Amino acid sequence: MTPLLTANSLSLRAGSRTLCCDLSFSINTGERWGLLGKNGAGKTSLLHTLAGLRTPAAGDVLLGDQNLSTLSSAHIALHIGLLLQESVDALPSTVIETALLGRHPHARGRLFDNSEDLGLAYESLRQLGIESLASRAVTSLSGGERQRLALAMLLAQQPRLLLLDEPSNHLDLGFQTQLITLLLSQVGGKSEATTELSAPNHHTPKEAAVIMATHDINLAARVCDNIVLMVSDVETLVGSAEEILTEETLGRAYDCPIARVEHKGRTLFYPV
Amino acid sequence: MSQFQPFRLLLAASLLAFTAILGSLLSGSVDLSFSDLMSYVLGDLPDLQRQVFEDIRLPRTLAAFVTGAALALAGVLMQVLLRNPLADPYILGLSGGAAVGALASIMLGLGGWWLSSTAFVGALISVGVVFGIASRAGSWSTTHLLLTGVVVSAGWGALINLMLSTSASASVQGMLFWLMGDLSQSSVGPAQIGVLVVGAALAMRAARSLNVLVRGDLVAASLGVDIKRLRLSLFFGASLLTVIAVTTAGSVGFVGLVVPHMLRLIGARDHRVLIPFSLLTGGTFLVVADTLARTLLAPQQLPVGVITALIGVPSFIAILRSTPSK
Repeated sequence: MTPLLTANSLSLRAGSRTLCCDLSFSINTGERWGLLGKNGAGKTSLLHTLAGLRTPAAGDVLLGDQNLSTLSSAHIALHIGLLLQESVDALPSTVIETALLGRHPHARGRLFDNSEDLGLAYESLRQLGIESLASRAVTSLSGGERQRLALAMLLAQQPRLLLLDEPSNHLDLGFQTQLITLLLSQVGGKSEATTELSAPNHHTPKEAAVIMATHDINLAARVCDNIVLMVSDVETLVGSAEEILTEETLGRAYDCPIARVEHKGRTLFYPV
Repeated sequence: MSQFQPFRLLLAASLLAFTAILGSLLSGSVDLSFSDLMSYVLGDLPDLQRQVFEDIRLPRTLAAFVTGAALALAGVLMQVLLRNPLADPYILGLSGGAAVGALASIMLGLGGWWLSSTAFVGALISVGVVFGIASRAGSWSTTHLLLTGVVVSAGWGALINLMLSTSASASVQGMLFWLMGDLSQSSVGPAQIGVLVVGAALAMRAARSLNVLVRGDLVAASLGVDIKRLRLSLFFGASLLTVIAVTTAGSVGFVGLVVPHMLRLIGARDHRVLIPFSLLTGGTFLVVADTLARTLLAPQQLPVGVITALIGVPSFIAILRSTPSK
């Protein structure tokens, strides 16, 4: 089976700085990848490169078996969705209008939104628990509500590959747990947490994959089965979560001693 | 505020536009009544009145409507391009370039065709300079573009002041009228109407993408919008619309900044509604302002730009106050 996305000897540079070199991995449907590294290691740059928003210094990214650089952004957006860290709201807009923007890649040829677009947008709001805010102005939302709205927009887009930049930003502990359930339901992988959200209509487990860049090692350890750890500009580790998430590698990556404990079947990491 | 109903609002805006145009056609120093208008349509209006109607009222009303519609649309597009609610059609210095061209003509005692041609050339030079500087820097970032525009405007401003302070006092009034915006010498032809119609059609086609672009370049790009192409089209589209407006009526202020905002405040945030709504409202607004400009102190004519601000400011404040912040 062709992987969903393949990184082929990728090298990234920011200005004169090298972020990573000769990085290769491939992502299959149903997989959950974590992208870890300290501040400025290049997590966001790598995500943007995988989304086709940034050209790598060397190497290439394949979507299925097609080189990303040969595809139009309109085509890429049908398959790859990106949750950004920052949102812009210079001009007024409401919550439902924002969620509907996620339908853009599918609705290009139409002037007006059809009932499917509306249905999916409301369904996404419902999944994120912000349906009641539908007609509110985006500027009146709290940080956590905005983050949920950004996630709803991404769900409405229905991408096969979800690239998430700090998905747990601004979210309280309760909602972080819901987020995990939601992500698991997206990729249709093995269900660790019990389903706390009501059974989704549109988003039945489907062929998708997730890559998330996060500062939360414990979130990554809980959700992800594969890890990309950006240790330094010359060293990027790729492998299964058990292989990569060790006290030694994490300590090197974050320049600080990190300890590991097992508790009630979960693995937790904390700085010493 | 109750549910926003775009079609009802567009219908209301169309009726308002129709009423304003009718009002403009029927008011002025020569009395023309509604029944005269009917006889004109039937072709049996006396020559004098027919001339007033055909040579004076109709061209001027049309010029006002086209100018207002072009400015309002240009304002919408600039606000998206620069992602800045304070952007107006003149923010990138285009009107300054046009003004220097126009003032040069007035200084040399040239009028009519010369005036609009030199204004046109000045505006194009300004667009070229801003585009050149912004592209040279390699980044089409909104901040960069905005700063370039502001600096270029300041340069034109200095030249305008230089020309005003060294001109014979007889020509200064003409210059001030041009700078404030004045429709007394204006007419529009197929070229201007063509630019407006094509511009409006293209803007409508891009309306969905504009909704996405206001959320930021990265969001737009990740949702499949070709942002480089769209932003270039916005830059040149808004510039061309502004050029036809300033060469027709000088730099009429306020319409391009405030009409889009008023409409956003009453609920037209979606560009698929905002674009047609801005065209209608911008046109109507300038037709009403111009009718007042030529009748308030008749036979004296006021620069229409003064009226746009005088009626625009209070109505904007009224809408701002009556809209609950959600």
